Amino acid sequence: MGNATPVPKLAVWKFASCDGCQLSLLDCEDELLQLADKIDIAYFMEASSRQLEGPYDLSLVEGSITTAEDEERIREVRAQSHTLITIGACATAGGIQALRNFSDVKDFTSIVYAHPEYIATLKTSTPISAHVPVDFELQGCPINKRQLLEVISAFLHRRPPQVPPHSVCIECKLKGNVCVMVAHGTPCMGPVTHAGCGALCPSYNRGCYACYGPKENPNTASLSHWWKEEMEVQPVTIVENLRNFNAAAPAFAEESRRHDKE
Amino acid sequence: MQTFILQAEYLDRLIQAIRADGYQVLGPTLAERAIVYDEIRSADDLPRGWTDEQEKGYYRVKRREDDAYFGYAAGPHSWKKFLQLPRRPVWRAQKSIHPMQITAVVEEAPAMAFLGVRSCELHAIATQDRVFVDGRYQNDSYAERRGKLFIVAVNCTSAAATCFCTSMNTGPKVTLPNDLEMTEVIDGENHYFLLCSGSGKGERILRQLPLKRAGKRHREAERDSIQQAVKQMLEGPRSFDSSDLKELLYRNYESPAWDQVADRCLSCANCTMACPTCFCSTVEDTTDLSGEHAQRWERWDSCFTADFSYITGGPVRPDTRSRYRQWMTHKLATWYDQFGTSGCVGCGRCIAWCPVGIDITEEVQRIREAEKP
Repeated sequence: MGNATPVPKLAVWKFASCDGCQLSLLDCEDELLQLADKIDIAYFMEASSRQLEGPYDLSLVEGSITTAEDEERIREVRAQSHTLITIGACATAGGIQALRNFSDVKDFTSIVYAHPEYIATLKTSTPISAHVPVDFELQGCPINKRQLLEVISAFLHRRPPQVPPHSVCIECKLKGNVCVMVAHGTPCMGPVTHAGCGALCPSYNRGCYACYGPKENPNTASLSHWWKEEMEVQPVTIVENLRNFNAAAPAFAEESRRHDKE
Repeated sequence: MQTFILQAEYLDRLIQAIRADGYQVLGPTLAERAIVYDEIRSADDLPRGWTDEQEKGYYRVKRREDDAYFGYAAGPHSWKKFLQLPRRPVWRAQKSIHPMQITAVVEEAPAMAFLGVRSCELHAIATQDRVFVDGRYQNDSYAERRGKLFIVAVNCTSAAATCFCTSMNTGPKVTLPNDLEMTEVIDGENHYFLLCSGSGKGERILRQLPLKRAGKRHREAERDSIQQAVKQMLEGPRSFDSSDLKELLYRNYESPAWDQVADRCLSCANCTMACPTCFCSTVEDTTDLSGEHAQRWERWDSCFTADFSYITGGPVRPDTRSRYRQWMTHKLATWYDQFGTSGCVGCGRCIAWCPVGIDITEEVQRIREAEKP
């Protein structure tokens, strides 16, 4: 990129979320300076109160849609963004707050808040892609900062990002991990879960609990059938594993509903 | 070829002799409740007195009643991880130097000695040799590592329930070239190895060991021990006739059995990663933020992923049915046309390490049955 070319403008947006994925960007530390060289951080409230007007070349969107205002706001963000990339389980699948999708949200607000009548919220928590077109979804709770840098580098240099959508199992096998499910009898979500974490939990002899959401082509029905029939895993454990941060991802939601009644 | 006896208490001398010859000895060791392949510094690192119990989607280590060093079957690792590295840099590029400079990453291949290579695994290495060394396109990293390799083969004297080398004609008796061949015998109080060399390098190691000449009774004990593994497999659940597999699969592209297995298959790729012959890899090209530096990496890939068959517009094999069919048909049928042998050596790893217990021998049977009128 020559000096004459203006640097691309980056905006980072927050919807219903914990801020953890935005923090992954700040967590880049050394690379952050390099990034600031290559990209104009025009809107990033978590990092700076400086706010530049749109349009933006790249928008990173964190969080899910849980209010009527946010349904509107995401459309404005989309309209101002040349490329829109969603980051994290909230933005890509509705997040932990999508647990409301499986019950009546009023049951929760009436218990949690002294004055539930002040709470104006939607019945469901939905991913950004349910509202506007999304150019790329980076999964994870939180996202992996290396993958975030990879996605931004790919955007800057107009190439496809190396974020393979295959299983966590492949990451385990590349590391030489012994399969915790086969060798230890530990229920593990790895075979249906999107890679990206580097098989963090199985590397410490724990089952994967699917922070990264469904992989491409996930077969949650077969995995939970094996857990139930061959590993004597209780339905409640199956539901708990499917209903974490990616509870509303269709492959997880459908399967958890099948076991919900048991 | 002269056969010798090495008493079990001198096994460490063998390991030290190989190490003294400049090799890094790699072999079986107990880790994370499995028998894996890793560096062996002394005989104490070996899984002495341990074995494994295997079934579909199931693997457990357990204590043996004796002190056998090699009394286990194929585990989670295969030797391919040392020859075809799971991930390696291929080249690095720098743009600031004009013209752009691309530098190949050339590794000084280590001299490795594999200790405890089973007959099925020798066949697997020979299968990968045909892909990476003997073929039209060489993989230099593999060829360099393979070229320096020292192999200590061990005859199998017991089989796991998942083993079916007798059906694939790849074992349990070692038949392919190696540097040293061993058979472990435990006969009451007497614990020894039968040992013979298969190369000059092997011969040189043998000369340094306290050996006795093997007698008739030792040879009989060896034969009986190997025969025991044969018997276990022939009487086991996974013994089948593999002679018509190519024709069977070529006739059955549209078998309803593919739909059934697709319902169960997770397309997680564990079978292909555990398989000692599956050789597919992909290349990953990346740049850094500055765009000044680029890298190409080679990494194990699998025909069970969407990216594997991705071409402009989408993957050629978007569903699990097509991916499983591709894998099994390649492994058991088209491999013959491509490389002149089966791609399956009957080690059973894909059966044990499938998280939902899909058994390739059962799937063959299912296809056969679906064919019956």
